[in-house]
Order: sequence, then C-alpha cells, then structure tokens
Amino acid sequence: MLFTSYTFIAFLIILFLVYYLLPHKWQWVITLCAGLFFYAYAFKDPGKQFGFFFIIITIITTYLSARLIDRNLKIQQEYVKTNKETLDRDVKKAYKEKMRKKRLLILTGCLVLNFGILAVLKYTNFAISNVNGVIKLFGSEAAVGSVDFVLPLGISFYTFQSMGYLIDVYRGKYESVRNPFKFALFVSFFPQLIQGPISRYDDMADSLFVPHSFDFTRVSRGIERILWGYFKKVVIADRMLVGVKEIIGAPDTYFGFYVFLGAIFYALELYADFTGGIDITIGIAEVLGIKVRENFERPYFSKSIKEYWRRWHISLGAWFTEYLFYPVSVSKPSLKLSKWSRAHLGEKVGKRLPVYIATISVWLITGIWPGAAWNFAVWGLGNCFFIMLSEELEPLYDKFHKRFNVLGTTPWKIFQILRTFAIMCSLRMLDCYRNVPVTFKMFGTMFTRFNAPEVFREGLWNIGLSIPDYIVLLCGTAVLFTVSMIGRHGDVRKRVFAKNPVVTVSVCSILLILILVFGAYGIGYDASQFIYNQF
Amino acid sequence: MDELLEILQNLHPDVDFEECDTLIDDGILDSFDIVSLIAEISDTFDVVIGAENIIPENFNSAQALYDLIERLEEE
Repeated sequence: MLFTSYTFIAFLIILFLVYYLLPHKWQWVITLCAGLFFYAYAFKDPGKQFGFFFIIITIITTYLSARLIDRNLKIQQEYVKTNKETLDRDVKKAYKEKMRKKRLLILTGCLVLNFGILAVLKYTNFAISNVNGVIKLFGSEAAVGSVDFVLPLGISFYTFQSMGYLIDVYRGKYESVRNPFKFALFVSFFPQLIQGPISRYDDMADSLFVPHSFDFTRVSRGIERILWGYFKKVVIADRMLVGVKEIIGAPDTYFGFYVFLGAIFYALELYADFTGGIDITIGIAEVLGIKVRENFERPYFSKSIKEYWRRWHISLGAWFTEYLFYPVSVSKPSLKLSKWSRAHLGEKVGKRLPVYIATISVWLITGIWPGAAWNFAVWGLGNCFFIMLSEELEPLYDKFHKRFNVLGTTPWKIFQILRTFAIMCSLRMLDCYRNVPVTFKMFGTMFTRFNAPEVFREGLWNIGLSIPDYIVLLCGTAVLFTVSMIGRHGDVRKRVFAKNPVVTVSVCSILLILILVFGAYGIGYDASQFIYNQF
Repeated sequence: MDELLEILQNLHPDVDFEECDTLIDDGILDSFDIVSLIAEISDTFDVVIGAENIIPENFNSAQALYDLIERLEEE
C-alpha cells in the first residue's frame, strides 16, 4: 500500500475515525491492528505471504531476549543487594562479570539472528553475483544461480529499530517492555515502518501507549504536515523524477551539461521524496498523538559533509554512531590499537588510526545499507574520504580563516554551503547511475564535453518535462527554499498556527488544491514508490 | 581534574573547559573528539568508558566527565 495510493488515503481516513470514535483506551490496540493490516497488505500477492513472518520473528526474538536480559539484570541486582555485607569486592566483581557474559550471550544471539536474516535476504544475490564475477575472471562459464527472495518491506528500518531497543535494554538504559503486544506496536508502528525515522523506544513510549483525546490544534497541524509531505512528493519529486529518469537512462545521449542538470534534479527529487515521506509519517503520528523524532534539519544548508550527515536522515546517522561507531572505536582492541599506534607511529597518526578504522567500517556499512551493490559501497567510502579529508585539512582551514578573516561572513557561508551541495551531488551520481565506471565516465563528461548552449536551446525540452512542468518545479523549489529559510528561526507550522487557526485551515486548503491540480498524475507519470521504501 | 582539563585543552585549545557546559549540545566535541578523549582518559586514569556511557550528560562539561571517571573508578 503506497503512501500515494487511494487505498492508503482511505485506510488513513478509516483509521483516524475509528481511533477517535472508539474508547480511547483501545487506541494503541487499534494502531497495532492497523500496522499489522498495513504490513500484511504488502504481502497480499500469491507466493509473497511468507515475507510477512520475518517481522513477526524479529518481534518475538527481540521481545524474549530483552525480557531475559532484564530478568538476568534484576537477579544480579537483587543478589548484590541481599549479600551487600558479605560479598567482598572481588567476588562481587566476578559475579557481575559472569552475569554480564550471560546477558551478552543473549544479546549476541539475537543480533546475529536478526542481522543474519537481513544479510541473507538482502545480500545473498550480491554475494552470488560477485562469486560469478570471480568465476568468470578465471575463464569459466559456470555460474551460481541467483535466489528469488521476497525482501520484506522496511526490513532494515524495523531491524535497526528493534536491535537499538535490545542494545539499550542490555546497556540498562531502560527496562524491557512487559506486554509483547505493546512491543509489537513499537516495531510495527506503520507510518515509520517503511522509511523511518528509526525511533528509540524511550522517545516514543510516552506517547505510543497512552490514550489521546481529539485535539483540534494537534490534529490540524498533523494534517497540515501530511499535506505538506504529499505536496513535496507528488508535485515536486514525482515530476522531477521524469527528467532524472530520462537523463540517467540514456548516458550515451545525455552527457556533459545534462549530467550536471541531472545531479541537481536528483538532489531536489531525493530531498522532496524522502523529506516528503517523513513529513507524511510525522504528520500521521501527530494526528494520532504519537511523537516521532525529526529526521531532517535543512540538510542542504550544511556547511560541511560532517554537518550534512548530522542533518540528513538524522535517526540513521544517530543509530550508526551510537550502536556501531562508538562501540567499535572505544572497544578494548581499538583502545589497544590506539595505545600501540601512539607509541609507534607518533601522537598525531596514532590518535587518528583507530578512529579512522572505525569511520571507514561504519561508512562502508552505511554505504551498502541502502543496497547491495558496489556503487553504494563506493558512495559510502566517498563520503568517508571527504569527512577524513576535511578533518586532515582542518589546521589549514584554520590558518586560512585567520589569515583572511572570512569565517562567519555571509559570502563564505554561501561558499561552504555550495561546496557541500556540490560534493553531495557528485557522490550521489553513484546512486543515480548505479554503476561505478559509468558514474566516473559521466562525471568526467561534465568537464570534457561542453554542451550547455545546446542543452538550453533545445535539450531542456527533450527530457520529458514541458514549460508548465518547469514552472511548477521552479515555483515548488522556491516554496521549499522559502519554508527552509523561515524554518531556521523555529518550527514554521507553530509560527503559522500561533498567528491564527484560520491560517492553518487556509494553508491546508491551498496545499490540497496544489496537490490535486499540480500533482504528477495521469499519462506519462507513474505513481512512484518512495525511494527509501526499497531499503 | 587538572589532568583531564589538560587533555581537553590539548584537543581544543580555544575552548574554556572550566566554564563550558554545552560541549555536546553546541557541537564543540564531535564523535572524533569523543573517541580520542576516551582513548586518552583510558591511558591516564585507567578506566574504561564504554559506549553505553557516551551520552550528552556525561560529556557536556569537564566536570560531568570527571564525575563519570570517578564513578567508573569506584566500580
């Protein structure tokens, strides 16, 4: 059920009505049922039903593991408390260590099982294609056949969210959930199931299970956010997609300036698509009274790649930092390596080596997270390269800033923003062409084949977009930019609503009209899936 | 505390670590800094700061970090 389908809109309307008309104490049960129905609907086609059970496996194994870990921790605390007077320090330490190892075993088992499922379903064919590539290198015609797996919808998102919860319970950050159905709701909360954000249990729990009465202000703000998301998706992203597909689909025809244009179009399409989807998610949650964390903070205004990644897909970045980067980089082997490298390679290199090893690992995984392909791996390592480069160049930047006194000035800020945008657009070309050599070749044509005049003269009209399309896209982008500029000083909707409820109703009406009139529907358009749904 | 302040000062000579209590909230310390910091603390104080301890409350100020080190030393 696509967010952009009429079935989904009908599903939402029915859900909102049932949610507020039935006794409020059942709201969390209604949301759970809605989530399971939404998810099961994705596997309605014959032969695909099996895919539904993977989320059930994740729910059951994570729930049980968290309960076991919690139980173990409680037994330990109780034992230490009861025997406080009699236990000496070393015995207590040994006992705690023994119990910790048991908890670690449960945690590891569950992590291996769930990430194992994810890896097998997502990366088996990638591994097979690489094996076949190697076999071919040796001149053999033999090939391993690919496997036809049903990749469960949103498997990365719900696996990451569940495993984050389990690690938090292991770390003693909060207690495990007693009620298995409440935990099932946390994992299967449908608006965020297919493209995030990846929520933390302690962020959501307060609002997820409590009754919510109908609050006109909150509900209308939620609807406003949903409509804003649809505006971004169907008016901007889906229209832009036509041009992007045309340019990327025919690299022999569209080279030089077309590639530059394609990269800009893709940047806007991706932004409108992904943030639009998240707006719909957060808007639905808001109507239901449930708090979901923000996932974007005007990423295209970032002044460095590091900053960009703090503002784009925030929840994924936070997940990787919290559950992968830190555990790897402060692990005992890493600290040992740090000590060794500082002693043998000098203070400067020694300090950086373990951090850089952890950074490269994290970026490699971040790269292949969206897709099992070499282009994504190179994309991840490309990001990593620029982050490490900027880290290394920092002393040089400092000297430059001091010498020319430009830091903080508007022209310099604009330069930094444009530089970051250009680097990100270049890296994303790997995502567009999905082929490493082709991407590098097409990137090169921007500098070797100058055809800008020709593109402006006639090319612009040959990529599936008409003059009205360009006008809609220009106006839409201007609206996005303006809203982002206003958003720098606080939540735009709060500021709009604070003035007058009539304003919100008007904004909603205008957005609805714009979506209906300018939405990319009909012949030539495909009611496309959100880009991140496939992850 | 002086040893900790020295480590912090080496990392960012321009920051007043005795006064600042928004080291994480204001983005003064990033993930690279935190990892370097933990490696140096583990050498100097002989404590292991695990990933579970890396939360803003423990790293927002030199004092909070020092309190964490003391807590870990006691354990």
